Amino acid sequence: MSGAAAHARLTGVTRVYAGPTHVHALGPLDLDVARGEFLAVVGPSGCGKSTLLDVLAGLAAPSSGEAWFEDRRIAGTVPDGIGVVFQEDASFPWLTVADNVAFGLRRAGLDGAEIRRRVEDALGFMGLGEFARAYPAQLSGGMRQRVCIARTLVLAPRFILLDEPFGALDQQTRLLMGDELLRLWRRTGATVLLITHALDEAAMLADRVGVMSARPGRFIAFVPTGWPRDRDSRVVSAPEFGALTAQLWSHLRPESLRAMGQARA
Amino acid sequence: MSEPARQARDALAILAVLTVAWQGAYEYAGAVAVTPPLGTVAFAAHLLGSARFWEHAAATGLALADAFAIAAVLGVLGGLALGLWRYAADVTEPVLAALYAVPKITLYPVILLLFGLGLPAKVAFGVIHGVIPVTLLTLSAVRGIRPVLLRTARVLRLTPRETMRHVLAPAVLAEIVTGLRLCFSLTLLGVLIGEMFASQRGLGFLIINGINNHDVRMTTAVVLLVVVAAVLANALLLATDRTLHRG
Amino acid sequence: MSRRRAVLGGRIALIAGAVAALEMLCRSGIVDPLTLLPPSGMAAAMVAVIASGSVTGDILRTFTTVAVAFGLAVAFGIAVGALLHAAPRLRRALDPLLASYYAVPLFVFYPLLVALFGLNVVPLIVLGFASATVAMAMSTLTGLDRTPRVLLKAARVHRLGRLRTALLVVLPAASPDLLTGVKLALAYAFIGIIAGEFILSGSGLGYQIAYAYDSFDNRTMYGLMLFVLLIATAANAALHAWEQRVRRRRSGR
Repeated sequence: MSGAAAHARLTGVTRVYAGPTHVHALGPLDLDVARGEFLAVVGPSGCGKSTLLDVLAGLAAPSSGEAWFEDRRIAGTVPDGIGVVFQEDASFPWLTVADNVAFGLRRAGLDGAEIRRRVEDALGFMGLGEFARAYPAQLSGGMRQRVCIARTLVLAPRFILLDEPFGALDQQTRLLMGDELLRLWRRTGATVLLITHALDEAAMLADRVGVMSARPGRFIAFVPTGWPRDRDSRVVSAPEFGALTAQLWSHLRPESLRAMGQARA
Repeated sequence: MSEPARQARDALAILAVLTVAWQGAYEYAGAVAVTPPLGTVAFAAHLLGSARFWEHAAATGLALADAFAIAAVLGVLGGLALGLWRYAADVTEPVLAALYAVPKITLYPVILLLFGLGLPAKVAFGVIHGVIPVTLLTLSAVRGIRPVLLRTARVLRLTPRETMRHVLAPAVLAEIVTGLRLCFSLTLLGVLIGEMFASQRGLGFLIINGINNHDVRMTTAVVLLVVVAAVLANALLLATDRTLHRG
Repeated sequence: MSRRRAVLGGRIALIAGAVAALEMLCRSGIVDPLTLLPPSGMAAAMVAVIASGSVTGDILRTFTTVAVAFGLAVAFGIAVGALLHAAPRLRRALDPLLASYYAVPLFVFYPLLVALFGLNVVPLIVLGFASATVAMAMSTLTGLDRTPRVLLKAARVHRLGRLRTALLVVLPAASPDLLTGVKLALAYAFIGIIAGEFILSGSGLGYQIAYAYDSFDNRTMYGLMLFVLLIATAANAALHAWEQRVRRRRSGR
């Protein structure tokens, strides 16, 4: 039984893009994500971080190896209980904020009162209450990303995957959104996997940071952060924070240099 | 397979499918409705050697050249002016779009009443077909210029003239060529329709006259020649268009 | 808001001014009022011709023909657009055809269509359909091309099937461009069919205008002309307003 201990697990996963160029994008790699853990994954650009997330979410099939979630093999479809937040704005521009958040609940066939209650709760939690009837285009990028997070949150996923969700936002908004994410993680008790290219973001938010090599991406180190569960963005002023990011960078620097060389070649 | 070779093969495949469909139409309806591809090409070649055909072609060509020149100049100048004056553009754009959607053929009797039968009416009719799209595309090209380009021009302290020559013109040229391509096609359409109704000269007249005299061979051959000429002219403008859009 | 009002006011002033200028031109005798009826005369003639009932059959016939050609063109155009989007190889192969389609004055085929199908409604429907459907297909392609991939990923995360993805995500995402296509298709079908009736047919609004011209019946001619222009403009304006509302919601203005 491959997935017994971990909430989600990858064993010997590779991803190869066939075709004339034949790009070996990922792996082989193994990964165990513990139930309730907040795991961040950092790596140089092009190392296959997003591919890793797609495999775990069931959006892409591995070329070899296996992906498991809650003791079931992930194959072809997104398993029940998984929520995904993307870097790009994935809000539906033709729906109001409230209808965006209700989208998944309506598909699940819940009754109207229950939908309304859960949508209101999610909107309130994400600070979107007064924008319920606005359209996404009327909101800032940060607020739109909140809509996407609320749309995921409202379905009560047990495993939340985030693919550079704050990559398009400014630094201050990112810090505040990080706090939101920690709050959400504590309240739901969900397992969280955050893909990011920002070392400080990974160091500030996660219980554990996985560092990936240049393409084809493999894990070269796992760095535990040691933060208490009840934390927020103010940890950036803790003395350990500097040491932590420095440690991550010492792992990552040679890989980033290699990645730049690959890009030039 | 190389890209040009692939394109050539695809174009030949399309041509083959169209020819088969044409032959099918002939088999279905017989020679009273349409002449078959091979016979039509032979007759078209014969037409190309006859002086009378060239008189009609010259009549169409002259009207087309006049109408295209007038529509292009009016459209580009009008589009530039409107594009630089935002308010006027906002006011007129939907009006122009609505005029584009109107069946302009209903206006042809008015044009005949105003200009009389003959070349001026055909030219005017061609112009009202062709002028709107080139105006609209020029307008949107001017409005679509990224403001940072104009700010760069100011930082480089270009004179208005230099700005026009080195920034504005290159930025809108590609879209204007797209507009001119549409303008050409629609002007041609306008001129031909004009010739079909109340005219004794031109290719449009030959097409409609062939039907009225049960000379289907003439109609089919002239339609073929018009289509080939239109596609060739379009290919030429399209090649320019795509080169400019790439650059 | 006030800017939108200023633009709208300017537009009304422009149209009213043009109509008033035409009226003056005719009434002052600068243009012979027999050659060009003043707008007020056209409106009166339109009301009279419509009220007389002599063209009711032609109006119905033209509108039915347009409706059939337009409906077929939209359905076929969306289907072809979706097919070409799903089959990029076929799409690349058909590129030269699509690029030169509207360069060909399609109307020159109309006399041949009459020879093929006879002097009835079929060649008109074929002409209207052929004029409209490719515009619909190309607008569909634009809409599908512009649908962000991340929305399709979001659909998969919500575990929507193919049909639901198409209906709940792709269709609304592409709807502004689809509306543009619908607007063009209606205009092109109407233009093609009126022109066909005008040049070669035995009934319909276009035919009645040409007939009135040939029999020097200027009042009927101008009345029907105004009617056709008003109907075309009203349909276009309604679709344009709908399209703008959808687009404005997307752009947040």
